[in-house]
Amino acid sequence: MSTTLIPPPEGKGRFSRGIHPPDNKHWSGQKRVSVLEDPEEVQVPLLQHIGAVAVLHVRPNSQIDAGGLLAEAEGMVSAPIHASIAGKVGRPSKTTLPNSRRVDAVKISRNPEAPSRGHELWSKLSASLWNPEAAVSFSSGEILDRIRAAGIVGMGGATFPTYVKLKPNPAKPVKRLLVNGCECEPYLTADARLMEEAAGAVVVGALCAARACGAYRIDVAVEDNKPEAIAALKAAAENTWVRIRKVETKYPMGGEKQMIRAVYDRVIPDGGLPLDVGVAVINVSTAAAIAMAVIHQEPLTPRIVSVTGPGIVEPRNLFTPVGSSFAHLVAACGGLKPETRRIISGGPMMGYTVPSLDVTVTKGVSGILALTETSVPQGGETACLRCGRCTDACPLNLVPARIVQSTRHRRFDLAKRNHILTCMECGCCAYACPAGIPLVQWIRAGKAEVRKAAPPKGGQ
Amino acid sequence: MDSPAPLALEVSASPHIAAAGVSTRNMMLDVMIGLSPVMGVAIYQHGPPAMGRMLLAAAACAFFEAAFDKARGRAHALANGSAVLTGLLLALSLPPTAPVHMLLLGALVAIGLGKSVFGGLGQNLFNPAMVGRAFVSVAFPAGVSGAAYLTDGMSGATPLTAFKVSGRPAELSDLLFGTVPGSLGEVSALACIAGGLYLIIRKSASWQIPLSMLATLLLLGTLRHAAANTPDTWSVTHDLFSGAVLFGAFFIATDPVSSPLSHKGRILFGAGVGVLTWFFRTFSGYPEGVMFAILLMNAVTPLINQFMIPKPAGAAA
Ligand code: SF4
Ligand code: SF4
Repeated sequence: MSTTLIPPPEGKGRFSRGIHPPDNKHWSGQKRVSVLEDPEEVQVPLLQHIGAVAVLHVRPNSQIDAGGLLAEAEGMVSAPIHASIAGKVGRPSKTTLPNSRRVDAVKISRNPEAPSRGHELWSKLSASLWNPEAAVSFSSGEILDRIRAAGIVGMGGATFPTYVKLKPNPAKPVKRLLVNGCECEPYLTADARLMEEAAGAVVVGALCAARACGAYRIDVAVEDNKPEAIAALKAAAENTWVRIRKVETKYPMGGEKQMIRAVYDRVIPDGGLPLDVGVAVINVSTAAAIAMAVIHQEPLTPRIVSVTGPGIVEPRNLFTPVGSSFAHLVAACGGLKPETRRIISGGPMMGYTVPSLDVTVTKGVSGILALTETSVPQGGETACLRCGRCTDACPLNLVPARIVQSTRHRRFDLAKRNHILTCMECGCCAYACPAGIPLVQWIRAGKAEVRKAAPPKGGQ
Repeated sequence: MDSPAPLALEVSASPHIAAAGVSTRNMMLDVMIGLSPVMGVAIYQHGPPAMGRMLLAAAACAFFEAAFDKARGRAHALANGSAVLTGLLLALSLPPTAPVHMLLLGALVAIGLGKSVFGGLGQNLFNPAMVGRAFVSVAFPAGVSGAAYLTDGMSGATPLTAFKVSGRPAELSDLLFGTVPGSLGEVSALACIAGGLYLIIRKSASWQIPLSMLATLLLLGTLRHAAANTPDTWSVTHDLFSGAVLFGAFFIATDPVSSPLSHKGRILFGAGVGVLTWFFRTFSGYPEGVMFAILLMNAVTPLINQFMIPKPAGAAA
């Protein structure tokens, strides 16, 4: 095997096309993370990840400690679930996930005697004395075991079980670990606050993850609209081999393909995964959760949620027990303004609207966004002008207008020829469209039809 | 702890934000702003009658659009301004002496045959203003012939005709500032370039089409000059700055509805318009060919859209 002396290609911190929406980080960007007091009850969903539903491990009416195991992972791709507050386990029930899916859940009624662990966990996470050397005292296997036991999943929203992603695969070795601190969705500030206030955990988590998967390079990508986060990470990463990479503020920089282009100048083949170019991508929140799991053996039960937007009375970034209802978080932020029109789980580009606040925070919920009349798209839909702005915006170089035209005419063969299945539903096209056409909605519908006609051969 | 009054929350698909100030109507307004230097030159040269012709054509197009929409039971699309724009483009592409009936008939054909029969905004195959223009130029050949360009201020034929007849090229400065006879909107190269650049900077017109069209004409013109061994007084700049080339390149060929969607498709489209324009100018009896060149390429656009599908990022080359 020839080892090359030529340094691997470096990205220029940019990718082609995409959009520049106003970042709207000012609502909550300067609000330090505060610990949400434990709610009276939580509904912990047994499916907070991609994969098999976790299997209940406790009996109704038993008492459980915060961090105790509620449900065990089932099968190859799954993740265990832990109690996010201490209290009495209720009967198996159902709850609604932000994507409107109804799933099995366990209710925990708070035990008023037991102390809340939120403050303790946050002070561990945001501690200034994270030791970057700590990672080397664990083997890859030990780290993976702890990641798995802690129930860590991708916290950027994908919720893919992290140990499955990091488990070394000799056929496709990981060379580089890319940690996503872009937070390219407008409004959201959870990751930015985490990087600023818990930079040490992010760096140690990244070192642990790289050790687990065998990566020999670590880069943390952060958009250049977060100078404080970059400074904090640089300080925490001093004397380590973690590199902090400033990238352009542009949506969707946090998309895997765009980020890998911007940082490594590599192109993921169409239909492929980052692993195809030797990269594993994790979110900064996931990295911090890995640090907590490996060093402190703390399971993933709280996460930071930005409660933000023009519809929130007092926007905040809340360190929240998983299973809390959106209503509880919104109430802690002074409630909703009457002009609120949409509540979105996640960011405005790819998040889901929820029909009510009776929805549960999961490991993948990074924000609750309240948009008002004037902040959602205005005006009606006109016919397509074929102006091509959607094409100019699409980061994947698709022709969205053609895909949608084919879908409208139920010509799914044409939709497929126009690469409908490549679309990642980032929303750039619909954002840019002057005619107000809900392109992404059409594309989703078209994809379902195309897949019905011919089952996908795996991948995305 | 629950919020007091239950709000009616909308459920809708992502994305939940849209680019501010970007709408169909604003795009049409933008093109009108881009046309303002051209309209200004027309009014400066020909005074109120020029203004009257533009207003008449715009009003007629708006009227016909509303009438056709009503007849076909379609929602009124008048508010988005595209009909008014068609009217303006029609008036600007006709001679300054165009009589009222010519403008009205042109407007009727532009909206009726150019747009409405196809299903209205966004569905039309051809640029409506050019359909109207083509119709009247066939119906009233005298109305668009050399004599029609004779006005008080300007005498003589258009630079292209004059050169064909007498072999005397126009002064470049006249072509720049528009002190030559010609259609209302086409005479001043400077005004066309200024308005066109505005549209391109605002992203309301593609840059690929004008660039490839002009580059093609430049190339073919240069070849022709190289081939002609007599010293040529009609320079390549004359090719580009005379007739409807710049007006067509920036305001007509860039009409999004009737031009291709992908970048490469647009480059091909612009090149096609360039080649056809050059062909008509060189070999046909007509001194000018931009209009027919654009209409022909409009007809090819669906094919370009169908076969020039860009490779998605990461696709095997
Ligand atoms: S941006 Fe909208 S109007 Fe323009 S081509 Fe795309 S879908 Fe059509
Ligand atoms: S949603 Fe799909 S088609 Fe639209 S810009 Fe994103 S990738 Fe391209």
